[in-house]
Amino acid sequence: MIISIASGKGGTGKTTVATNLAASLGDVQFLDCDVEEPNAHLFLHPEITEQETVFTPVPEIDEAACTLCRKCVDICRFKAITILGKTILVFPELCHSCGGCVQVCPENAVSEAKREIGVLEKGHRGNIRFIHGLLRISEAMSPPLIKAVRRQVQPDTVNIIDAPPGTSCPVIVAMKGVDFVLLVTEPTPFGLHDLKLAVEAVKKLGLPSGLVINRSDMGDRRVHAYAAAENLPILMEIPYERSIAEAYSRGSLFAEDKGEWQERFLELYERIKKRTGYEE
Amino acid sequence: MKELVIISGKGGTGKTSLTAAFAALAENMVLCDADVDAADLHLLLQPDFRQHADFLGGGIAEIDQDKCVQCALCLELCRFDAISQDFVVDPIDCEGCGVCVDFCPEEAIAFPIQTCGEWYISATRYGPMVHARLGIAEENSGKLVSLVRQESAKLAGEEHKDLIITDGPPGVGCPVIASIGGAAAVLIVTEPTVSGLHDMERVADLAAHFKVPAIACINKSDLNPEQTERIEALAKDKGIEILGRIPFDPVFIKSMVQGQNVIEYSPESEIAGAIRRMWEQIIRLPVMQEA
Repeated sequence: MIISIASGKGGTGKTTVATNLAASLGDVQFLDCDVEEPNAHLFLHPEITEQETVFTPVPEIDEAACTLCRKCVDICRFKAITILGKTILVFPELCHSCGGCVQVCPENAVSEAKREIGVLEKGHRGNIRFIHGLLRISEAMSPPLIKAVRRQVQPDTVNIIDAPPGTSCPVIVAMKGVDFVLLVTEPTPFGLHDLKLAVEAVKKLGLPSGLVINRSDMGDRRVHAYAAAENLPILMEIPYERSIAEAYSRGSLFAEDKGEWQERFLELYERIKKRTGYEE
Repeated sequence: MKELVIISGKGGTGKTSLTAAFAALAENMVLCDADVDAADLHLLLQPDFRQHADFLGGGIAEIDQDKCVQCALCLELCRFDAISQDFVVDPIDCEGCGVCVDFCPEEAIAFPIQTCGEWYISATRYGPMVHARLGIAEENSGKLVSLVRQESAKLAGEEHKDLIITDGPPGVGCPVIASIGGAAAVLIVTEPTVSGLHDMERVADLAAHFKVPAIACINKSDLNPEQTERIEALAKDKGIEILGRIPFDPVFIKSMVQGQNVIEYSPESEIAGAIRRMWEQIIRLPVMQEA
């Protein structure tokens, strides 16, 4: 079972829902795929026991063997290789690691070096296994690191993925092929607008989904009306409470402080399970 | 002409609401919404669309089943697992590298250029605005960010505007990098929470890496005094001046529900005053002055 927690808009409560759900359930695997700004560790406080650097392959050109035939320059759609006078230049930060230049070079002058994109850290908090990726600052390309986090999925357990915000490639990588997408929004015009984008993305991927409305008593009722019109089930509502906001601000889990919320997160999981037809 | 880019690292700290409030206070400026993934600024500004154009990204591979002889070379070469065993390309997985297109011995793979979104020039009650919408599940968000910023600069030049206010995207990746290069300054909007602090540190490091001067403000500043202190200590450590502290106030959301900014919705409120004072300081910063 893989559940992705997503939202178009940032700051609606993805990490709050994901971490409180994980802590309520216990015995799950938690994968923080918001590699640009991972925050789940600030709430789950896992003990990190393993760390590995993640690389992506980029071309390295043997200038002695290179005849400046331009075949690699021409095949690269990302303008990562260029020839300036009699010098061939590689811009590794533009490379998408497709390997086209290696394949096309008639002189076998292109080999692959590595560009560091970030680190993968693994650890645990009690019986929750924790994994996150941390994108190297100034690295633009997050999808290869998100994929590296997702490769850690264990099919025979419950995997909770904290996805990045938005609707473009990073969030798609964090949602594609999962069993259920739990969308988190707030009942404001921004929340509604970005929820609609997220719902389009989920539809494009053909995934079952449900909604959590956070700070549900603020703003207006347009998110509720939209959910009803779209047949998007509202699986949980979390009202605005200063004590919840304060728990978040200091990095604690309100489902642990307040026992009744743990019950509600367990019910949320039961509702998700019912909608995926998942049997343990 | 100077550009101020509003960023945050963490999403939902109030970038867009602040940008719209600044628009109400600034004079002679162009607005730019560089959060092309989930653009929201238009919801507070009700722009009157004057021009729009398609945003063309790269190509996506498409296999012609009549020409395909199922040699499977494309399957072997594709590093993105975008081609199925029955030789159909999944457009979501296709990276647009074109390697399969170039190597197919039957020339059976087309590579049509994709329309990945749209961009617009609009009029608002505060001045012209350049904004965009990236298609769902599309790549190239960084390219579209660069495009809306270039068009904003062009428009500012043509209309003799001396300021661009850019609403940036969350995160520290591709679209944020495309948002901040060459800006006069970035304003980091944070909040006194563990994640606000953590994300501010990363985005401050990003701005430093690209040598863009950074200033900061703390939204919901009264939520947790201890975290506010930690943000102040971090800012001091990074040499970032904190120009504003905006207390938590439901007026922020109430104005949003009305499609207005805080300055017009509640001009006498405490937070409107805090934002006004901050804006006065920002425009007087040396980095915001014309050379």
